[in-house]
Amino acid sequence: MKEVSRLFRYVLRYWPRVLLALILMFMGTALTMLQPKIIQWTFDSVYEEGKWHLLVWMALATIGATVLQGIVNYVERITMEWVGQRTIYDLRNRIYNHLQSLSFSFYDTAQTGELMSRATADVEQLRRFVTFGVMRLVGNFVTFVFVLFTLLAMDWKLTLLSLGTMPLLGWAVAAFNTRVRPRYRLIQEEMAKLTTTLQENISGVRVVRAYAQEEREIEKFRERNWSYLEENITTVRLWAFYFPLMTFITGFGTTLILWYGGRQVILGALTLGQMIAFNSLLGRLIRPVRMLGWLVNMYSQASAAAQRVFEILDTQPEVKDKPGAIELPPIQGNVHFDNVSFAYDGVNLVLHDINIEAKQGQRIAILGGTGSGKSTLINLLPRFYDVTKGAVKIDGIDVRDVTLESLRRQIGIVLQETFLFSATIRENIAYGRLNASNEEVIAAAKAARIHDFIISLPNGYDTVVGERGVGLSGGQKQRIAIARALLLDPRILILDDSLSAVDTETEYLIQQALEELMKNRTSFVIAQRLSTVKNADQIIILDNGRIVERGTHETLLAAGGIYKEIYDLQFRKQEETNGLLEQVSTEGGDS
Amino acid sequence: MRGGGGRGRFDEEALDVKVDVQVVKRITPYIRPYVPHLLAGMFFMLAVSVTGLIQPLLMRRAIDTYITQNKDIAGLTRISLVYLAVYVLNWLCTYWQTYFVSWAGQNIIFNIRQNLFEHLQKLSFNFYDRIEVGRIMSRVTNDVNALSELVSSGILNVINDVFRLVGIIGIMLSLNWRLALLTFTTLPFLVLLATKFRWRMRRAYHEVRRKIATVNANLQESISGIRVVQSFTREDTNAARFDATNAENMQANMQAAQLHSMFGPLVDLVGVVGVAMVLWYGGNLVRTGILTVGTVYAFINYVNQFYMPIRDLAQVYNTWQSATVSIDRIFEVLETEPEVQDAPGAYELPPIDGRVVFDDVTFGYYPERPILHDINLIAEPGQTIALVGPTGAGKSSIINLLSRFYDPQEGSITIDGHDLRDVKLKSLHDQMGIVLQDTFLFSGTIRDNICYGRPDATDEEIYAAARAVNAHEFIMRLPDGYNTEVHERGARLSIGQRQLISFARALICDPRILILDEATSSVDAYTEVIIQQALDRLLEGRTAFVIAHRLSTIRNADKIIVIDQGRIVEQGTHEELLEKPDGLYRLLYEMQYKHQEIA
Repeated sequence: MKEVSRLFRYVLRYWPRVLLALILMFMGTALTMLQPKIIQWTFDSVYEEGKWHLLVWMALATIGATVLQGIVNYVERITMEWVGQRTIYDLRNRIYNHLQSLSFSFYDTAQTGELMSRATADVEQLRRFVTFGVMRLVGNFVTFVFVLFTLLAMDWKLTLLSLGTMPLLGWAVAAFNTRVRPRYRLIQEEMAKLTTTLQENISGVRVVRAYAQEEREIEKFRERNWSYLEENITTVRLWAFYFPLMTFITGFGTTLILWYGGRQVILGALTLGQMIAFNSLLGRLIRPVRMLGWLVNMYSQASAAAQRVFEILDTQPEVKDKPGAIELPPIQGNVHFDNVSFAYDGVNLVLHDINIEAKQGQRIAILGGTGSGKSTLINLLPRFYDVTKGAVKIDGIDVRDVTLESLRRQIGIVLQETFLFSATIRENIAYGRLNASNEEVIAAAKAARIHDFIISLPNGYDTVVGERGVGLSGGQKQRIAIARALLLDPRILILDDSLSAVDTETEYLIQQALEELMKNRTSFVIAQRLSTVKNADQIIILDNGRIVERGTHETLLAAGGIYKEIYDLQFRKQEETNGLLEQVSTEGGDS
Repeated sequence: MRGGGGRGRFDEEALDVKVDVQVVKRITPYIRPYVPHLLAGMFFMLAVSVTGLIQPLLMRRAIDTYITQNKDIAGLTRISLVYLAVYVLNWLCTYWQTYFVSWAGQNIIFNIRQNLFEHLQKLSFNFYDRIEVGRIMSRVTNDVNALSELVSSGILNVINDVFRLVGIIGIMLSLNWRLALLTFTTLPFLVLLATKFRWRMRRAYHEVRRKIATVNANLQESISGIRVVQSFTREDTNAARFDATNAENMQANMQAAQLHSMFGPLVDLVGVVGVAMVLWYGGNLVRTGILTVGTVYAFINYVNQFYMPIRDLAQVYNTWQSATVSIDRIFEVLETEPEVQDAPGAYELPPIDGRVVFDDVTFGYYPERPILHDINLIAEPGQTIALVGPTGAGKSSIINLLSRFYDPQEGSITIDGHDLRDVKLKSLHDQMGIVLQDTFLFSGTIRDNICYGRPDATDEEIYAAARAVNAHEFIMRLPDGYNTEVHERGARLSIGQRQLISFARALICDPRILILDEATSSVDAYTEVIIQQALDRLLEGRTAFVIAHRLSTIRNADKIIVIDQGRIVEQGTHEELLEKPDGLYRLLYEMQYKHQEIA
């Protein structure tokens, strides 16, 4: 209820239109009463009493009433549709902008699918409710009252008699609502299970074949397929019982009118026209009741959807500009981690007392095992999270004192998972600087050693990539991401240089691109490449959130600590194996 | 279905397709077993229509005979009871009609789906290479569902609607043919509305679906790419772009809504013109005593019943259209012949020692473009063969042929002298273990996954296999141990852990021949060592073909096969190959070494 009223606040921004729609709806409902009345008068005054001069007018009046009613209905629906569409348009924009403002901590726990379903399916549910449900809910109520009074005015005894079927109808509607409707969700669940089984089978087809498990897979699928069938048939049987039952109850009402009403006509207490009008009005009384179940259902779904949608809107971004935050002036690139501790949940520290002093233009290589806190550390610099204790300072300014935008604009970031958008390569490279000229884009691509590849594509820089475009290999994506960062020309660079399965040629190109990228910038690198580590000004070794060793390649190797161990295990082998297996001659394509 | 799933391209909804009679022919074998049910359904369906048709007639009789003329209350009561009985009949017949028709429909759909799935289990990898997962999925789910509408009601509805329409027209003509003919003048307008206008509506809603898909795609991308968005402070630009697609979506919706809101009143209008004609002309006939009041009433009732069957008939055309598309897609799969299948008279491969011989093998995924040329190689039982070479050299093709996922165009592959094409596929795969680069785990517990190839394995065997590949320890550390669910909701396993589980899965089958595509994904140093140990144990005592990426694996191999552009260019041990002064293996080794020094 609370959620729905919140939704109405969005709707009521357009209250003049809502009001107009309401007025039109009243008019439309009143006009609905007219047609049965005209037919009644035709039967009584013309056919029975013989006022034949009125006949033509009666015929024209039915048409006139319908035309009028049609126009009123049309304008009402269009108006309400506009309100609904506009409300949802507003809501969608709100959600989108809000999602963009939410911090990393939110996305760490949120699942994309779940978010998507709220932002699409739930919002769509709300749209249907606003454009259709709300008006029907009100409209049906009004119609019911209107018709009821018209009927009572005609013959209250007959009205009460035919209303006798209403409790029955109400019961049938309720039963349908509680017993049949929920089953459609069960059907969907069965379908989802079937789909999952299918998807796994197809994605894992090589494993299935390799282990000769086709028979078992077929059995598994047959079970799912069968329960889907059973669920469907059970539901259909219930539906086939309850749905025509409602028709039957309606028919029962009509029969009562025929029997009792006909009797009244014979006795002269009622005219034939009245009886006919009565019958057709009863039909209009029953429609709202039959729809009630559907509407109640729609309401409860909308309420649940609204709750899920507003839950997103109510989530506060954890990292945001503080009041009076200043613009970060153009920076030199001196970075200072000053006694920094951090906990995702505010309690369990994952970083302890980190002190790093990076001078302008220095390269800081960060090493450590999985879960040692490397990624956490670099995420604090662009303020994707806020420190729990201590401070991160750039040129002596605490990052929390400046606006997010001015801070992030001056930091280039190349993440481990290269994400490209469904857009042209040009747009992807110019992602952070929309106004970059063609020459600048090409220069960045050249520096990132990806230009030659791009122009080898049929559409060159206008090739669409990303989820819905041409598939690129990991190495190609990575270099486009490097070009993207290069074009930004940031003073500070954050880099996750994960190794991916690429051939030697590509590996070589990536290394060159990386060197180009890090030149003259303060760089924080989560390093897995020997080349990046060797040339670092400082190497920081993290273990369980603490700095356990620091120094340069030579000093650390000489010291014989963890770094030497890592070197022996990981880098030495890289030195030996890396690229041994793949040939240099391949032209830029990689696995 | 949730948006965004599957790699399949957005299958454009068919808007204009020629309906093909072929459709019926193709699904006839599926329908035939259920003809009795369908006939029963048909019977009840027609009965329902009859109840609808006779109600106005009963009403007419009640009005004319009992109410206006004879003023016979007892007669009125009788006919009221009959009227009620008709409703009861309607209820029962609707029930049985729905039951029989959907029972048949659901079973037909079940069978088509099952056949489709079973056929997919036979199709060769050529097929899976060609068609993305998403598209295959949508054939088994969406296309079959689209068909269900046709088989469960589409065909019967045509008959029923024609019956109803003819019934209404017939009754009206017999009541009064002049009045009937006059009201029939509204029919063309109803037909026009049901076809042309609905067609425009359909197009408008098609546009709406396209626009909302764009909105959702935009949203999806922004959520998946949020880290990049925030890194590059693109929020404002993105918001403006989203606003634009959002507004376009609203516009498309409004356009569709305009048509939709106009549609109802237009149908009403045509209907009321018919009613007005009945009132007016019928009234004149009443005046001259040709027509009774009850007949006028019945006429009004029938005029109001016109639109439904006409609309349904127009709708059927759409159902057939989409069914045609779906059936084409479904049968495209069903009619694809598996390229690799048991030869007639194939025999069970007896227990093997594991001697593998490639004899002059030439192969291409497309026969006109060979990828492997004249491959000759011999692996003695227990040997480890390392396959080395650049990307695209043909390493994967060799192991694909050995697994008989594909057949060679020329030459033969034998195991212990048995040509792979002469033995039953299942008996071959039963004695072969295959570990692929992307370690695919099924949803289910870790236990289920380990014993995937041998569902009857005992707990002891499972633990032993897991221990042998160093997986036991980390599995026991998981909250539910071997009963931990992998995939969704379950514990997230690292790449390294997944690899170890897939090793255990291969080991428990104790295959004589092992095929291994070493994963290249980077794992941390500790895991690396563990995997190395596990690999050694896995390879022990089996004939193994390994696409090798680790130097240690290569060094330990009995034979290194260097492949370049589909040909074996060198073979020998690590030491032997290094000694060749101009060999490719040595070249690779040295170039890499120099290259490292430059960097």
